[in-house]
Amino acid sequence: MSSHNGGEPLVEIQSLKTYFPIRKGLLQRTVGNVHAVDDVTFRVSEGETLGLVGESGCGKSTLGRTIVRLLEPTEGSVVFEGRDISKLGTRKLRPLRREMQMVFQDPYASLNPRKRVGSIIGTPLKIHGVDKSERRQRVQELLETVGLSPEHYNRYPHEFSGGQRQRIGVARALALRPKLIVADEPVSALDVSIQSQMLNLLDDLQKELSLTYIFIAHDLGVVRHVSNRIAVMYLGKLVELAPAEELYQRPIMPYTEALLSAVPIPDPDLAHARERIVLQGDVPSPINPPSGCRFHPRCRYMTDICREVEPPLTDYGHGHLAACHHPLNVDKATLAQVTVSERHSPATADERARPQDPAKGEAHPIP
Amino acid sequence: MAERLIEVKGLKVQFATEDGIVRAVDGVDFELDRGEVLGIVGESGSGKSVTAMTLLGLTRDRNTRFEGEVLYKGRNVLAMNEDELQDVRGNEMSMIFQDPMTSLNPVYTVGAQICEAIQVHERADKPTARRRAIDLLKQVGIPNADERVDNYPHEFSGGMRQRAMIAMALACNPDVLIADEPTTALDVTIQAQIIELIDRLKDEFNSAVILITHDLGVVAEIADEILVMYAGRVVERASTRDLFYDPQMPYTWGLLGSIPRLDRPRQERLHSIKGTPPSLIRSPTGCKFRPRCPHAFDKCMQEPALENRVETPGHLDRCWLSVAEKRDLRGRTISGEEEAA
Repeated sequence: MSSHNGGEPLVEIQSLKTYFPIRKGLLQRTVGNVHAVDDVTFRVSEGETLGLVGESGCGKSTLGRTIVRLLEPTEGSVVFEGRDISKLGTRKLRPLRREMQMVFQDPYASLNPRKRVGSIIGTPLKIHGVDKSERRQRVQELLETVGLSPEHYNRYPHEFSGGQRQRIGVARALALRPKLIVADEPVSALDVSIQSQMLNLLDDLQKELSLTYIFIAHDLGVVRHVSNRIAVMYLGKLVELAPAEELYQRPIMPYTEALLSAVPIPDPDLAHARERIVLQGDVPSPINPPSGCRFHPRCRYMTDICREVEPPLTDYGHGHLAACHHPLNVDKATLAQVTVSERHSPATADERARPQDPAKGEAHPIP
Repeated sequence: MAERLIEVKGLKVQFATEDGIVRAVDGVDFELDRGEVLGIVGESGSGKSVTAMTLLGLTRDRNTRFEGEVLYKGRNVLAMNEDELQDVRGNEMSMIFQDPMTSLNPVYTVGAQICEAIQVHERADKPTARRRAIDLLKQVGIPNADERVDNYPHEFSGGMRQRAMIAMALACNPDVLIADEPTTALDVTIQAQIIELIDRLKDEFNSAVILITHDLGVVAEIADEILVMYAGRVVERASTRDLFYDPQMPYTWGLLGSIPRLDRPRQERLHSIKGTPPSLIRSPTGCKFRPRCPHAFDKCMQEPALENRVETPGHLDRCWLSVAEKRDLRGRTISGEEEAA
């Protein structure tokens, strides 16, 4: 997959926040919020694959679901092909559903066991008014596209293996010829040999149908293989965004460095030789995220400033953005430049969001 | 020579089902010495978990048939009665299961579940057991163990639950620790912590570890020897270095080639093993991997024995290709240049 930096933006999200209220008591009053996605801004170009990585609970799935409007954003906007879709009602949203589809993680839970494959893949076509005979033909074509046989039309999901089920999930997502596919951990439930078949299939489909992917995964090897650019999330925040190779060659955020070093390498000598940064502890709660840089309690470069001031997302050139007070792999010249024009993201910057007043801390008022 | 703890000879495990006999394990041999880490690698359905569970007598059922021997310090586990087994389980051999979410009982506190094992096997009184439980939780790196011991599993995160499972497995100082995909449900960062923990505890407790996984990266770090299983059999067995640097079985090459690797330049395409793992009811004739093997030829209609074909003693494989042919063919597969069409 080549670089698509010059492509038109297909999706632009700006200062997107998705909070889940925590309700308690008889009156179900909101006592707090889970800050699942907390002020994320980026854009995805047409034909590009954007990888979204992070530990569980970092908000990557919530972000994916908010983009396709399976979840309502609390604040901010999602602009799809130049149109803000974050506030559209159900009816106005329906035609747009054709354009963006989702592939889910668990191939066992995401297919209705009582429906035949033909009806599972055909339902989106039916909803969007394709008549019966055409539907059948289209579904059979789709089955072939994803490497299954048209005879599978009348079978039930339980007759298929995990990898084949995931193919059915992909066929369903492709049914309406979408432009954007949000794939949420599409291969993590599959065996390695089947996983590579699936990744190759997704790659082929992207070329054939000029799809744009947002690829959510926790496996950094997989993400690097499929992505043009990679966004790293931590506790609801975007902490680093860079072209894939750039991110692996010179991570700027210590969290990214630690994530990369945690990936097991199937080479005994290399595995023993390299220095491994083992992060201590778990991801803190997104209900009361740490003050300042959210990563500071687990960071080995932590200093006082990290506890108090949230680092802004800074552009280090070559499309490499990171939010850190102690950036790694950055030479002095670049550092001097960026501190002069400190902005949290390129053209899409949203001044109001940061830097935050340390006195106010991370406690966002409930909207 | 370290003490021999486990010897498995010609183990076969068959399950009678409505569809026919499932040959889940079909002739597996291996040995495990004190202080050693044995990795068992394979895809789902390769029989790796059934092998491990059989070591603890967990696959016993009316519809299960066993053949061969599983010797634990010379005693055959397959021939033991329930009482004898009970004595071995948890006490001398214990298991860490894959899913820490479902293998802890949600209605008991974590401490109570660890204490149970100690009280059953060591006839310790409650306060002693509790003190031991707190110590164990400290050893596996749970912060505030004194308070956390009274927490319920839902109050623990995934990584902490897996640590609690490990504490429970270690409660009675077992000689053999069987870890069945201990990190599959966890994040990479937590996975690194758990692997490091298992490796450290193995030394502290002077035990042996059987590590079952589908991730070759995980075993590369801590295993001494690796078994690669396919369709109920061992298809390759070698020391960790030999397996990674001189793999003999095309299936192993396929596994190595399927992993998108961070330590190499990005490939245009990943190698993928075509097709899907065979049915264990009607498995293919001859070499079980033949239908998916890009290098299969007529001799593969007969099943090759698991034997030593390379210069390194102890490196066994099941493949008819000559060693020279293998060394010639495998590079392209592993580097992902050649994709099985």
